[in-house]
Amino acid sequence: METLAALFTFWREQAGKLGEQTLQHIGLTAASLLLAVLLGVPVGLWLSRRPRWAPAVLGLAGVLQTVPSIALLGFLIPLLGIGPKPAIFALFLYSLLPIIRNTLAGIQGVAPAVVEAARGLGLTDGQVLRRVELPLALPVLMAGIRTATVINVGVATLAAYVAAGGLGEFIFGGIALNNPAMILAGALPAAGLALAFDAALGAVQKLSARRLRQVGGALLVALPLLGALYLLPRATGKLLAGFSPEFVGRADGLPGLTKTYGLTRLPNVVLAPALVYEAARNANVDVIDGYSTDGRIRAYNLRVLHDDRRVFPPYYAAPVIRPQLLREHPELMAVLAQLDGQISDSVMTNLNYRADYLHQSPQAIAEAFLRRRGLWRAPRPAIADAPVVRLGSKIFAEQYILAEMYAALIRGNTNLAVQTKTGLGGTTICFDALRDGAIDMYPEYTGTGLLVLLQPTPAVVDSLGGRPDAVLNYVRREFQRRYNLEWLAPLGFNNTYALLMRQQQAQELGIASVSELGQYLRR
Amino acid sequence: MIRVSHLSKRFGAHAVVQDVSFELAAGETLVLLGPSGCGKTTLLKMLNRLVEPDSGTVEINGLNVFEQRPETLRRGIGYVIQQVGLLPHYTVAENVAVVPRLLGHAPAAIAARTTALLTRLHLPPERYAAQLPHQLSGGQQQRVGLARALAADPPIILLDEPFGALDPLTRASIRREFRELEELRSKTVVLVTHDVTEAFELADRILLLDAGQVQQLGTPRELLFQPANDFVRRFFAAERLALQLRTLTLGDVFTEEAATRSAGPIPLPFTTATTVHDALETLTDSDAGASTSFSVAELMAAFGQALQREEEAWKR
Repeated sequence: METLAALFTFWREQAGKLGEQTLQHIGLTAASLLLAVLLGVPVGLWLSRRPRWAPAVLGLAGVLQTVPSIALLGFLIPLLGIGPKPAIFALFLYSLLPIIRNTLAGIQGVAPAVVEAARGLGLTDGQVLRRVELPLALPVLMAGIRTATVINVGVATLAAYVAAGGLGEFIFGGIALNNPAMILAGALPAAGLALAFDAALGAVQKLSARRLRQVGGALLVALPLLGALYLLPRATGKLLAGFSPEFVGRADGLPGLTKTYGLTRLPNVVLAPALVYEAARNANVDVIDGYSTDGRIRAYNLRVLHDDRRVFPPYYAAPVIRPQLLREHPELMAVLAQLDGQISDSVMTNLNYRADYLHQSPQAIAEAFLRRRGLWRAPRPAIADAPVVRLGSKIFAEQYILAEMYAALIRGNTNLAVQTKTGLGGTTICFDALRDGAIDMYPEYTGTGLLVLLQPTPAVVDSLGGRPDAVLNYVRREFQRRYNLEWLAPLGFNNTYALLMRQQQAQELGIASVSELGQYLRR
Repeated sequence: MIRVSHLSKRFGAHAVVQDVSFELAAGETLVLLGPSGCGKTTLLKMLNRLVEPDSGTVEINGLNVFEQRPETLRRGIGYVIQQVGLLPHYTVAENVAVVPRLLGHAPAAIAARTTALLTRLHLPPERYAAQLPHQLSGGQQQRVGLARALAADPPIILLDEPFGALDPLTRASIRREFRELEELRSKTVVLVTHDVTEAFELADRILLLDAGQVQQLGTPRELLFQPANDFVRRFFAAERLALQLRTLTLGDVFTEEAATRSAGPIPLPFTTATTVHDALETLTDSDAGASTSFSVAELMAAFGQALQREEEAWKR
């Protein structure tokens, strides 16, 4: 009930965005469908003339169908970049199989006697195709298009991962923030679209063959128009931003930034967190969100815009741990404390750079760092039935590296066994895993703990004033009280949210801080 | 009109048609007869190039059909098949109008022609013209198929077992209509069937095929009384008497007797061309028997003598 109310509130507040995303969603579906019809129907017709090729072609289309959609987008990004191109192309590939198969089945389903009679009457091959075979195959062909449409509406939600928009933006934002209302805000319209298209095409399919021809023709005209919807609502501005779904939704992300700096004229696309840096480097977008210690800042020559009004709260990294673990194995306290205050911003950026850009393994990076600091101990021999410490991490390199450091320290200094559960997705997944006891500890950031997990009233946040110590103390106290979880001492670096631009562009435009970005946009 | 020379066709290793030749005069009806798989349908389809022969020629009106575009050729030849093959998404009227439209006839002329044909084939246009094929019975569908073949008034009609899929009653009645159809009188017709009775009823000449080879080409009477080989004899053995009744006319039966008795012309409602079969039907029908000058017994006796005469005549 609460979710439902939140959902309607969300829709009311985001009505413009919802309309835009719905149109984009329809546009993506229609454009890919049009391409698939333009290629799939001729291929199907060709196969009906050369049935020997049918198994090979249908097999290939079937294989394309089985490639997971996320993986397919991943393959396409190096080829087509980000934006609508890979999204439409992926959807197009998914539509091919049902359309080719049903075109072939439709043509093959026409009674041979009818075709023979038509040829015997003196219809040319083209006339037999246009006047006899196609009209009679149309109901089956339409069924194929219907299948492809429903598949496409569903898969098109993934377009939000490659900055192609659509209703997936809300869904992924909602998942990243564990906000059910936001997930529903995108998922319900997407499901509604799928049902509406299915019903409409189902009705079309039931029409008599002669009506179907006209409607089929009308549909071919309508598809490009619907596809053009995608282009219609794009707001334009001097700069285009590319943000990860989480950033768009969370209070200390885009909303806080917009309020404080008045970044109203900054149209943005949403894309997968893993892709934002690439998008900035390739100039698909101009402004991105990122983390101030990310290795790619160095690798891609990006500039961190100074947060001069302190919208982004301090994000000091510290392990969050289940107290039982320390009670059962008090020796861990000293082992974990070896990293306290050891890692500065620049050190962390460098470590991340090795991972993100030099593609060294997190384990190797962790070992090299510990060796340099003289903290490295070779792992002790494994003991059967030793108690297991389960380390979690979110799904990015910095967390992997930190998890590996703790794992190496524990293995080298205690007799405990270690199990790393890396890649637990976003904040809420890690946090839930820790609360449920699926993991014993993971590295968290004070700002995240404050704003994402505790979500205090704005008055409380204001009272902390973005002071690192105040935030850490508040978070520590509240975690103990509410969740019975312990924050250990910070590691030293502040991995805060940051707005990033390409160094060169930022220099040309004279933008060094977020305030200057706001001024530039308002000019 | 149609001249076929040394036509052969193989499908793989199987010789379907072997060295078939015949000529057909304008207005003549030729029936291609033979058991299933004898190659008669393939032979028919080579006439309008639905099947291309391996060797041999087909000439229509002196023109080699293989030098014409197949579509143009086919638009000048009516074509009817057993499964009818009406276009299921076209109405009856549209089906009939297919070829005239392809030929670019005027819409008004097409409409008039369609109405006339449907009326003549007992499908009142006001009731049937707008119906779709699936709403019609099998017999009605085949009539539409026939109307479609006749629509552009082609000089030649090819029919591939046109009555094969119909029940016996419908079949007999459509066949009668077909025989009496004014439209067909002047046409050159090639009809494929495996039904001997049908062949005898409709053919001017019969081409009897077996295993792709011509067994005999001739009038029904020639095939019946002067079989060229054992196959021909055996092919008609089962229905011999019925065929003889259908083939011999009162003229054949009563010639000599009429001359010796000088009894004058054959009494009404018969003519010399009435078959013995039809005369018997009339005689045994109690209402119509009154005015005839001979009885069933007399007719059967004369028929027996006529048969003997025929046999002896051919033996000599």
